[in-house]
Amino acid sequence: MERSWQRWLIRFGIFIVMAIICIPGLWIVMTAFRDNVEVMARPPVWIPERWTLDNFRAILGLSETQQGIPVIRYFLNSLVISVTSTVLAVLIGMMGGYAFARYRFKGKNVAFLWLMLSRTVPGISLSLPVFIIWSRLGLIDTSIGVILVYLALNIPFTIWLIDGFFRQIPLSLSEAAQVDGCTRWQAFWKIEFPLAKSGIASAGIFAFLTSWNEFALASQLTRTTASKTLPVGLMDFTAQFTVDWTGMCAMAVIIIVPALILTFIVQKHLIAGLTFGGVKG
Amino acid sequence: MRFFRSRLSPPILLLMPAFVIITLVVAVPLLFSLYTSFTGYRLVQPASLWQWVGLRNYQRLLTDVDFWWAFGRTLVFLTVALNLELVLGLGIALLIDKLTAGQRIIRTIMMFPMMFSPILVGFQFKYIFNDNVGLVNNAIQSLGWENVTIPWLVNPVTANLAILMAEVWMSTPIFAILLLAGLMAMPRDPVEAAKVDGCNPWQVFRHITLPYLMPFVYIAMAIRSLDVARAYDTVKIMTNGGPAGRTELLWTLIARTGYQDARMGMANAMSYASILLSVYFTVYFFRKLAAARRTMGGVE
Repeated sequence: MERSWQRWLIRFGIFIVMAIICIPGLWIVMTAFRDNVEVMARPPVWIPERWTLDNFRAILGLSETQQGIPVIRYFLNSLVISVTSTVLAVLIGMMGGYAFARYRFKGKNVAFLWLMLSRTVPGISLSLPVFIIWSRLGLIDTSIGVILVYLALNIPFTIWLIDGFFRQIPLSLSEAAQVDGCTRWQAFWKIEFPLAKSGIASAGIFAFLTSWNEFALASQLTRTTASKTLPVGLMDFTAQFTVDWTGMCAMAVIIIVPALILTFIVQKHLIAGLTFGGVKG
Repeated sequence: MRFFRSRLSPPILLLMPAFVIITLVVAVPLLFSLYTSFTGYRLVQPASLWQWVGLRNYQRLLTDVDFWWAFGRTLVFLTVALNLELVLGLGIALLIDKLTAGQRIIRTIMMFPMMFSPILVGFQFKYIFNDNVGLVNNAIQSLGWENVTIPWLVNPVTANLAILMAEVWMSTPIFAILLLAGLMAMPRDPVEAAKVDGCNPWQVFRHITLPYLMPFVYIAMAIRSLDVARAYDTVKIMTNGGPAGRTELLWTLIARTGYQDARMGMANAMSYASILLSVYFTVYFFRKLAAARRTMGGVE
């Protein structure tokens, strides 16, 4: 009797937690498909009475009444910047992770510590000098300027995760392959890389999410449609005193959907990456 | 193979690209910002970059009330947020671990906030706590208090609570997921043995489960400490430091001083304080993690 009572208590607790996690997001999604009038309605309308795509049409500039915000441009900028910096960060991270996992060298621990410390610098603090230097170099408001910065943000964490995964692979496997006539290069691609693939994938996803979602640096380093990313574009909706709630919610949905899809496809790797890359390193 | 035969040793070659990038994008700019913090550099007057003022910026900071308020608020905010996230995350992980079915789907749902951009989380809670159209006030009014309109983000106390809530919402799931992974990987034998020996559930938790989970706690903390400053995004969009500077954190103050007031020299001096704060958190948790790993090595 007592056990079933306990079980229901646990289920109830989890239900509350899940509700707190889900409701804010659901509220945004519902507002994105809502009529603007409903937002202000008294008494409040909980579930939209009429689901509409007008908000998306409006921010994409497809409706006649409202001037659109160049969301498509922002989306493409975000995509180019995130994908490029992720691919490069994963490549550099693989090299670095392999070096840390497989070689002993002087100053290894110090090098690792400095790498991690470079990641811990707050974005806004880093943005001040980078802003000054980039503006002298003409890198302000260019994709390359942002990609370079994101690359530096992503490399330390990528190295950390990938290092953890390479370490789990017994050295004897690669040695055996080399005894059988593989070069170290071949042994890496044929033995170690396939085994560490899921770790490398998870490092890639974290890098992508970081770049896709970053705001503090991008908001200072980008100016116009030439390089503005989606998170920065979100601020276009806040004028001094008014906020376009439905438009912003539609934009929020556009930002979150790619991240959502990507994460759900690879969620298994993600958890493994976080725990084992770290714990067993 | 030819790649490895050059004069530099392989690990140096392999790490070269990483260090070149970090040097160019982080180390050099930070040295430059260290220099700037000793000048009276203003963005609008490029010549002032060469105006050496020695320690004046730092001296001013020491007596700057706004700075110390922001600094203290940031410290309190981080301490409260990290502890709350840890305790809640642990609670949630223990609950889910007890669940007999549906663990996977719940774990998937919990990853939801992890994908959110901090700026989106800020916007989301700005909307929810809005006094006119917000979900919270709507709910209060629908529950019968029709004339109650709580100005969540205008009142200093509730504004800070709302920001804290946004932060906790965003980061607790990471703790929960990592601690759950730890719980699932935990060997059951010691727990059973302790139960047979007459330990009560609290004793089992305190002396067996918790010590086993500590490395996972430190991993979560270490990962989290790498990115403490992302609260900037949330605060920036929710209150932008207001009302009257009552939610100003170190990071929003830096942005305001550097970009809005264009006092770059001063902002760089402040940003060194924020960097030291972040470095302190990171080093602390990485040390703990390293120590925990060593003991873990003994356990396994």
